Amino acid sequence: MFAIEANGQTIEAQPGETILQSLKRGGINVPTICHMEGLLPSGTCRMCVVEVEGFGGLVPSCSYPVAEGMKIRTNTPVVMQTRKTIIDLLLSNHPDDCLYCARNGNCDLAKLAADNGIRERSYQGERSHRPKDLSSPSIIRDPDKCILCGKCIRMCDEIQGVSAIDFIQRGSKAYVGTAFNQGLNVSSCINCGQCILVCPTAALSEHKYVNEVLQALADPEKMVVVQHAPAVSVTIAEEFGFDPGTDFDGKMVAALRRAGFDRVFDTSFAADLTIMEEGSELVHRVQNGGPLPMFTSCSPGWVKFVEEFYPEFLPNVSTCKSPQQMMGAVIKSFFAQKENLDPKKIISVSIMPCTAKKFECNRPEMGRDFVADVDYVLTTRELAELFRITGVDPAAIEPETADTPFGERSSAGKLFGASGGVMEAALRSAVFLLTGAEMKDYKIQALRGMEGSKELRVQVGDLEVGAAVVSSLGQARKLMEELKAGRSDLHFIEVMTCPGGCINGGGQPIGADKAAIKARMAALYQIDSADQLRVSHKNESVHRLYKEFLGKPLGHKSHELLHTHYDKREVLL
Amino acid sequence: MPTVKSVETILLDHPDAGRDHLIPILQEIQESEGFLSQESITKVGQALAMPSSKIFGVATFFNMFRFQAKGKYHVMVCRGTACHVKGSGRSLDMVTKALKVQPGETTRDKMFSLEVVACMGACGLAPVVNINGQFYAKVSPMKLQRIIEECREKEQVHANA
Ligand code: SF4
Ligand code: SF4
Ligand code: SF4
Ligand code: FES
Ligand code: FES
Repeated sequence: MFAIEANGQTIEAQPGETILQSLKRGGINVPTICHMEGLLPSGTCRMCVVEVEGFGGLVPSCSYPVAEGMKIRTNTPVVMQTRKTIIDLLLSNHPDDCLYCARNGNCDLAKLAADNGIRERSYQGERSHRPKDLSSPSIIRDPDKCILCGKCIRMCDEIQGVSAIDFIQRGSKAYVGTAFNQGLNVSSCINCGQCILVCPTAALSEHKYVNEVLQALADPEKMVVVQHAPAVSVTIAEEFGFDPGTDFDGKMVAALRRAGFDRVFDTSFAADLTIMEEGSELVHRVQNGGPLPMFTSCSPGWVKFVEEFYPEFLPNVSTCKSPQQMMGAVIKSFFAQKENLDPKKIISVSIMPCTAKKFECNRPEMGRDFVADVDYVLTTRELAELFRITGVDPAAIEPETADTPFGERSSAGKLFGASGGVMEAALRSAVFLLTGAEMKDYKIQALRGMEGSKELRVQVGDLEVGAAVVSSLGQARKLMEELKAGRSDLHFIEVMTCPGGCINGGGQPIGADKAAIKARMAALYQIDSADQLRVSHKNESVHRLYKEFLGKPLGHKSHELLHTHYDKREVLL
Repeated sequence: MPTVKSVETILLDHPDAGRDHLIPILQEIQESEGFLSQESITKVGQALAMPSSKIFGVATFFNMFRFQAKGKYHVMVCRGTACHVKGSGRSLDMVTKALKVQPGETTRDKMFSLEVVACMGACGLAPVVNINGQFYAKVSPMKLQRIIEECREKEQVHANA
């Protein structure tokens, strides 16, 4: 620690950090655009400039290292005018479309303009007109709203290791696009939506299905059934002004009923079901010579990633459908039978933290007889929109519980929302299934936390299991390369596409920093530590489903409804 | 005649190539095949361990690369200083409208492709247009339109014959 001076005040700085980091800790806000937490600075936007005594010219604070005794000024006329000019230029060819915009009320660019006192247009630049890319079921790109900050490109490349997009052309003609300007749907994009989370404008947004769901809700002929994913209850509250980490589980269930859904189910139930199937599959693979290691298959971005980049590993991906699709399948089969309903009369909606789930539910193998198991996927953000449109205030209602037969869940199922959670849930049950005894302490600390890669060797019965957990596909890629190079000590690998897991999914509330994501994660572990039912294999409703309908894990019916297959995908890599 | 080299041979000529070899490799491919196809870019990507989006991004950064095969008639409009001063911009506008393609593109019937070039070294004849190697001098929009119509008529005759 050493001292620096900022705007006449003394603040503390740490060696090795940037000027921006010291200022932030000292309570001084400097606007940024291209800066990304945790990545090397790219220094392209110059929004973050400050004056440093003894330096000629302005210094970009996001990339310049702080030094002892520095005297910094962040609000001199020159600095403030420079910021204004940068914003003026960004706005000069920006459409005046805020009223109709996907980011209305939640736009970094609009906020920058407001925060810096910009109240009129200074320059009228030439507008570029490039068509929107509506081809993807998950992501919409609107190049006219792009300010070329490059954050989506870095996210896609440096964090996700996908590189579906890059800057195309140069100068005033530059835009963000795919190879050969193809639609995202035929590019290597794996639909994770992480680019949406970092985009300061509405140049990237999710493909919305709110209107379709509203229409279904208004149709008296249809029974509209909804499921909500484990990670949604701990983030939806943020959309209504609550702190990250606030759990709205029961309130959200009640609100979904108020909004008009006929049945509310909990995807965490299907997560328990997944543990039964996937756990049995792992045991089967171990006893029958592989292929090992087995990868989890709940994250549809990851599944598409393997289909594109590592097709040779497809036999290693668990054949289990994701919890969303398992739930969809039992809704349109078992539940439909029970209710004596034609599955075509059921509209199955799911609320997900994820944009890739929209792609997943459209996969042709995810249904039977031209009936899709899941009809519409709404993100957490879209759910908030649906609540606002229908005038439901989840904060104000009394909590309720989800419906039978798919409402009961263990907190192990709930852990699916955080990186490491699937592994923890699986190990809890695997120990019981293979040894007949429960674990003394269910908590597996080594699998928790925000690290992109976690590993653990555990004794399960006679078997020493090598377990690895990675989140973000950049981390997954590293591990895949190790496996390709011959690494062979692993049995079971959990992969989540989004850094930290679904709590940081591409469909989650925008604007969360690391601390917010940690708070979301902590909320899930809090739910787990307080729960009565902490293991999937004790979920009575799951047992009942096997008894009344499915038979046994990996049985004939399970194979038909709960398992799937994968194919190599030909896209431009 | 330039020798036609396959992408594979070109890549073999650059053993252990890094990303700094990208531009020369792309230039050689374009020289040999006339344009950069999706297939060749994918092959280059595999050889250099680069995503195709990045290669496409780099290639579009420079004006010299095209991504569609040339048409039967390859129309080059000069935008060098002399031609610009003499109004080649209007001819370019005319031809993009008449052919419904932008520079670098090829018409759907694969008949015409358009390219904008810097000075062709014939400034005395400005504004200059070159079609399949033949120079046309002092080309006004009207004149260019006539030249293109003539090409079309020739094709008609061929087709009817
Ligand atoms: S992206 Fe932001 S500034 Fe642009 S139109 Fe939308 S709300 Fe307005
Ligand atoms: S959704 Fe994911 S894979 Fe697709 S462009 Fe965005 S960051 Fe890349
Ligand atoms: S799409 Fe968004 S994140 Fe990507 S460069 Fe444009 S403004 Fe930045
Ligand atoms: S935020 Fe520092 S240069 Fe963009
Ligand atoms: S400028 Fe056109 S030929 Fe020289």
